[in-house]
Amino acid sequence: MITRFLWQGMGPSLRVGVLFVLAIGIILPLLNQLMPASSAFYVPAWVLQLIGKYLCFASLALAVDLVWGFCGILTLGHAAFFALGGYCMGMYLMRQIGSRGQYGNPLLPDFMVFLNYKELPWFWHGFDQFWFAAIMVVLVPSVLALALGWFAFRSRVTGVYLSIITQAMTFALMLAFFRNDMGLGGNNGMTDFKDILGFSVQSDATRAALCFASALVLAIFLVIAGAVVGSRFGKALTAVRDAESRMRFLGYRVEGYKLFVFVLSAAMAGVAGALYVPQVGIINPSEFSPGNSIEAVLWVAVGGRGTLIGPIIGAFAVNFGKTYLTGALPEVWLFALGALFIAVTLFLPKGIVGLWAQVRNRGTVRKAKVPA
Amino acid sequence: MFFMRLLAGVSSALAAVVIAATAWAADLSTLVTNLTTGGFGEREKAIGELVASGEGRAAPILEALAAGQLYVRKADTVVVIGKADGNKLALTEAVSGKPAGSGTEAELDRVRVNNRLRGLIEAAVGSLTLMSPDARVRRDAAESLFKRPDPAALGALDSAIAAEKDQRIKTAFQEARAAVVLVSDAPKPQKLEALDVVRDKGNRDALSVLQAAINSASDPEIKAAATAAAASIRQSLAAWEAAQNVWYGISLGSVLLLAAMGLAITFGTMGVINMAHGEMVMLGAYTTFVVQDIIRTSFPHLFDASLVIALPLAFVVAGLVGIAIERGIIRFLYGRPLDTLLATWGLSLVLQQAVRSIFGPSNREVGAPSFMSGAFQLGQLTITYGRLWIVVFSLLVFAALILVLRKTPLGLYMRAVTQNRPMASAMGIRTPRVDALTFGLGSGIAGLAGVALSQIDNVSPNLGQGYIIDSFMVVVFGGVGNLFGTLVGATALGIVNKFLEPYAGAVLGKILVLVFIILFIQRRPRGLFALKGRSVE
Repeated sequence: MITRFLWQGMGPSLRVGVLFVLAIGIILPLLNQLMPASSAFYVPAWVLQLIGKYLCFASLALAVDLVWGFCGILTLGHAAFFALGGYCMGMYLMRQIGSRGQYGNPLLPDFMVFLNYKELPWFWHGFDQFWFAAIMVVLVPSVLALALGWFAFRSRVTGVYLSIITQAMTFALMLAFFRNDMGLGGNNGMTDFKDILGFSVQSDATRAALCFASALVLAIFLVIAGAVVGSRFGKALTAVRDAESRMRFLGYRVEGYKLFVFVLSAAMAGVAGALYVPQVGIINPSEFSPGNSIEAVLWVAVGGRGTLIGPIIGAFAVNFGKTYLTGALPEVWLFALGALFIAVTLFLPKGIVGLWAQVRNRGTVRKAKVPA
Repeated sequence: MFFMRLLAGVSSALAAVVIAATAWAADLSTLVTNLTTGGFGEREKAIGELVASGEGRAAPILEALAAGQLYVRKADTVVVIGKADGNKLALTEAVSGKPAGSGTEAELDRVRVNNRLRGLIEAAVGSLTLMSPDARVRRDAAESLFKRPDPAALGALDSAIAAEKDQRIKTAFQEARAAVVLVSDAPKPQKLEALDVVRDKGNRDALSVLQAAINSASDPEIKAAATAAAASIRQSLAAWEAAQNVWYGISLGSVLLLAAMGLAITFGTMGVINMAHGEMVMLGAYTTFVVQDIIRTSFPHLFDASLVIALPLAFVVAGLVGIAIERGIIRFLYGRPLDTLLATWGLSLVLQQAVRSIFGPSNREVGAPSFMSGAFQLGQLTITYGRLWIVVFSLLVFAALILVLRKTPLGLYMRAVTQNRPMASAMGIRTPRVDALTFGLGSGIAGLAGVALSQIDNVSPNLGQGYIIDSFMVVVFGGVGNLFGTLVGATALGIVNKFLEPYAGAVLGKILVLVFIILFIQRRPRGLFALKGRSVE
């Protein structure tokens, strides 16, 4: 019943999006598993890995879009939530290695043996259980977002100030995670994962399952985001974006709206990060670098902010371009990325999704209000 | 002895002097010969005698002995000092100091020396060089005696103090004497007096001398006095250390100020978020590199002026790029600050990659002109000239900027446009032109910052990235649209950073500062010195 309710609440484009994402997530892994390697329809594992990675990025982009496109909070620190989720998953995966590490220590991960740790730091306890790690994946980014948001929104830090604060946050976290005595692997981060839930992370079947899981999570996020945005709450959220002061004067508690969507978005980013780590096989502090967060914002801008399908299209398009260019013409990639930033903000304020409407009636769209 | 040397130095016309000189030369030669004969025990005695003679030649001879450069020539048993010269040894007669041709190791017997003798010689040379005509050598000798006090040097010190005319060196001698008295078996009142002298010196060496005195003192009164003196030195050292931290903080603050000043113009007064600001700094640094490169290859004699030449060029280069950015991108995005942020971030990527393609990804070497290298002591503070110049430079740029904003027509227009754009436009000010020039000015100042930063940071394509977040923090902390706020913000953040470093480490200190600013912005979202006015949203 709830499903039907949600389904009816969704717009047609969102329905197509959810179905398409699910289709990718089911068909590609099945082709990989069922087709013989010689078949023309066989999907090699690296493609699955790549698609799984893009799906995680798309989830992150959706999370960014939820706060930026629908609430006007330009966050330049969402990669921090993504990375925190990833670190929680990384800690679980490290504990799963057990005594198969280089140093064969049954309790301590390799880097701790290397750094002369005598015992497991307190915050590592519990991460040998998947359920605990899964809770932490949601909880850690949420709590950070709650703390930051509570402080920031309550004292009405808005616009670029908030952007700079979020950027400073991810920068500070990056510096912190680079430290060896943080107990999280220092600048090498965590890698050499073996098992997830008892299955080898290297095997094709696990890859297929992870790709499917990423697609499923993205589809669920789309449904959640659609429900949030389509509700009365979502209407108020959009109103906060467009005229915050007026909403306040009308008697809405603006902070509450912002805080809720910010925490929700952080949790989504955390889950995306947690799915990302086992697929790429490493997590290190460079995931916190401010550039990553801004890149995530670019995906949203390219796809079309303020739409639910836009960020997913943007994440796929930009990352496909990145994969292709960094392989084929590494020199050109940063030029292309930079030019994309400039071109999108100057010429495509509504992104790829808004392109069609923009072409159809040039004059009117240009004047239409763009969420700043 | 001093008398003799004086006379010998003036002239050798007087017969008495000649006779006396010959007499000591003969005496010296026996002393030197004694050095080369007998076992190590006898040599030790000979060294003592040589030192006690107070001869001027004693110091170089002993130094040669310690360095293993003292030889006896097999042919005529003359004692010579041999210094490596190609594969042969250039010889000088030890006693007279005259050149004595050259020779190979095979023709010579090296006078052997052990570690015990070397230690003895080191202390002895300290007291011998007390009489050197070179003021710096005397001072070094006093310092080395202070660090390694030797009771045997007491007599030499006393005569040196009596003869010394330079007040500062005399003080150094007296301090050294006090240190010597403390290790000697002098009577208690003298030792107590010496403790006071050592305490007044008040640096780390004095502390270690006092520590030695505390450890060796048998008399409780001396021990107590030494402990008290050590405590007082520790206290003053802590104060100096704090002062040194303040200096480091000011120095860091001046760097932040330089990087943030341009941002205070573009972000503070225009409200434009320029994420490519750090790249303007980088362009300034690379301009400096290019200028130095050209100077190195074509006009080497101008090297000391390279920075001065680079300054206007960096200003112009960064300023022009800034104007181009404003005209080409930013002017289409006024009123959309978040879009400006994204577009300029993209621009910063392009600029970085462009510089990387042209100059390569590795660090480029920018040299320091002579007036910027070296350091000097101020009390217990060590101040490097480079840092000092950067502090001075940042203050100069700051003052110039204030003058431009307050006293020139451009500054007037800029302020007018910032405060009320439609009205300024109605009064006939060409606001787009002022926007472009303002942005150019802010970028140009970033270019100037780049020249200064090329002296203390690696000139690489990523140079600017390290400063952009800090600069924003400074501007936001100080209060947007307020240059004095930027000055106070930069200095305060610099000092706080340096005070946190010893306790928390550099990285954690930086994190704490960031957290502090995040919390601070909660309290005062408009910064330390917020503009009070009606320009709300």
